[in-house]
Amino acid sequence: MPQDREIAIDVRDAVKRYGTFAALKRISLTIRDNEFFTLLGPSGCGKTTLLRMIAGFEDVTEGAIYLYGEALDTLPPYKRPVNTVFQNYALFPHMNVLENVGFGLEMLGKSKAEARARAGEALEMVQLSQFASRKPSQLSGGQQQRVALARALAPRPRVLLLDEPLSALDLKLRKSMQVELKHLQRETGITFIFVTHDQEEALTMSDRIAVMSEGELQQLGEAREIYERPRNVFVADFIGDTNLMEVTVDKVSGGRAQCHLGGGHSLTCDAVDGVEAGARVHMSLRPERLFLSAQPAEPGSLPGTVRETIYIGTDIATIVDLEDGPQFTVRSSNSTRGNARVFEPGQNVAVNMETGAARLLAD
Amino acid sequence: MAKPHDLRRYPGFLAITILCLVILYAPLMVVAVYSFNASASITIWEGFSLRWYADVFTGPESAKYRDAAWNSFIIAITAATSASIIATLAATAVLRSGKFRLRTVSIGLISLPLMVPEIVTAVATLIFFNALAFERGILTILLAHIAFCIPFAYMPISARMQGIEASYEQAAMDLYATKRMAFTRILMPLMMPGIVSGFILAFIISLDDFIITNFVKGAGVETLPTAIFGAVKQGIKPNIMAISTLLLLVSIVMVALSWLIGRKDQKT
Repeated sequence: MPQDREIAIDVRDAVKRYGTFAALKRISLTIRDNEFFTLLGPSGCGKTTLLRMIAGFEDVTEGAIYLYGEALDTLPPYKRPVNTVFQNYALFPHMNVLENVGFGLEMLGKSKAEARARAGEALEMVQLSQFASRKPSQLSGGQQQRVALARALAPRPRVLLLDEPLSALDLKLRKSMQVELKHLQRETGITFIFVTHDQEEALTMSDRIAVMSEGELQQLGEAREIYERPRNVFVADFIGDTNLMEVTVDKVSGGRAQCHLGGGHSLTCDAVDGVEAGARVHMSLRPERLFLSAQPAEPGSLPGTVRETIYIGTDIATIVDLEDGPQFTVRSSNSTRGNARVFEPGQNVAVNMETGAARLLAD
Repeated sequence: MAKPHDLRRYPGFLAITILCLVILYAPLMVVAVYSFNASASITIWEGFSLRWYADVFTGPESAKYRDAAWNSFIIAITAATSASIIATLAATAVLRSGKFRLRTVSIGLISLPLMVPEIVTAVATLIFFNALAFERGILTILLAHIAFCIPFAYMPISARMQGIEASYEQAAMDLYATKRMAFTRILMPLMMPGIVSGFILAFIISLDDFIITNFVKGAGVETLPTAIFGAVKQGIKPNIMAISTLLLLVSIVMVALSWLIGRKDQKT
């Protein structure tokens, strides 16, 4: 991905305080032009606040936000070339679908004819042309969602803000909308800023993800980077499933750390900066990067006993108690080709890991 | 027959319901029925006739009642319109302008007059006009009616506005509508059913007000309720029943209108 692309949104040291409560604690980040950017975090992490600050519904207590180099400052929402897809869609109930979609264009001073024509195009883009004369209440949730999308896209904003737009849809519909959204973003070339608490959704759709927690930016990067190289305990725990445990560092050399965990089991991890021998730190091990084999354990693997096997469908998860040590979850693909041997509870097994599977984390 | 354990049935409730309805509606029925009595008596039925209705419109007292009815109508329309506009602006200020100091107090102050005994309001209004040396006449009635109609108009309007999520106006402003456009294009149409209900309620309240009107009206200026009261003091004639029945009809039409508008709104 080219790093020198134009910057769409530049958030510099933005702080948002409500009285004494800080919803955003000095956040700085840049969002590139034509990017699918996701703000990800649990509820109350400040992601929606940041989105509403970009839209102009909340003012910035300290710091500044720039849109294509221009300071947004006190610009009211109706003067920002930014449109929002609201969580509850907020379709105007007294207008039909076409009037809803054409509203922004009309307010921009376009002629009635042009507004209608361009609203029609936007409806075509979301495949709802045949519903143009319906009222929003006569549509299903998924259709309302697409109308909200068409309404926000019709004025051709420079940046589209999406505030958890898929959270009210059922799983199947949500999955297909994820693909459609990604497709729309590519097709229109508009910068999308997507807010969600669903990490899977974020990983599926985003070019880059900003993980937030308690008003702070935890990590910013591409999906793969965030999943495979989480910077701290929060990110490792929030994104995907992981085996998170405390280890003691014995030796650090060449970016690798020799560690041991409870029960005296030792393993080699990717180190993080500033870790020294003797430190107690957290370690993350993704379950799918572990695999089981029958005992006796080879050197470097960890001996244990199967406690439970869980059938998930695509995968099989096995929970293993290490000898005198912590519990591990191991996940293997449920495929006939694979070497996934299913072990029974009570069987003695060895837990093996791919090189680089274990990562030490900052707190 | 009700099943022995039907939870939706309460024994004895039917009788109580009927009793309540009879107490509420029997007097009205009597008035309505006797307005069609051929006799000049108000208690003895002598057959069906429209003579008292004819008397209201063409009889010796018809001019008096026509003037009074016209006054009542003009006052009710003007008072209801003014009160609805003021109540709409008040609701917008209280519910849509974020938090401001004394917001809770403002909400209380708007609805408090509903709980003040009307006679107190009447005396207070009279003293107010006297203090200003305001000559009593149709204008004093109008001003008093506008004032006491505001809380009645405010109730349905604010209830409606509370049901309108703030995200509609935000969506409008996000789509390049100025605050003013968001109000006229989005908020106003969504509030319209509440405003219509508020207007109709205020209209009916103004139309049948007696106590306050009686205090602040000037000599020789009558509204329909004060004219009726004046006539009744000299004994009840059946033409009073005809006027009352006509007034009742106006109220029923207004309430039905309000209900129909509310129902249409629910469907869309």
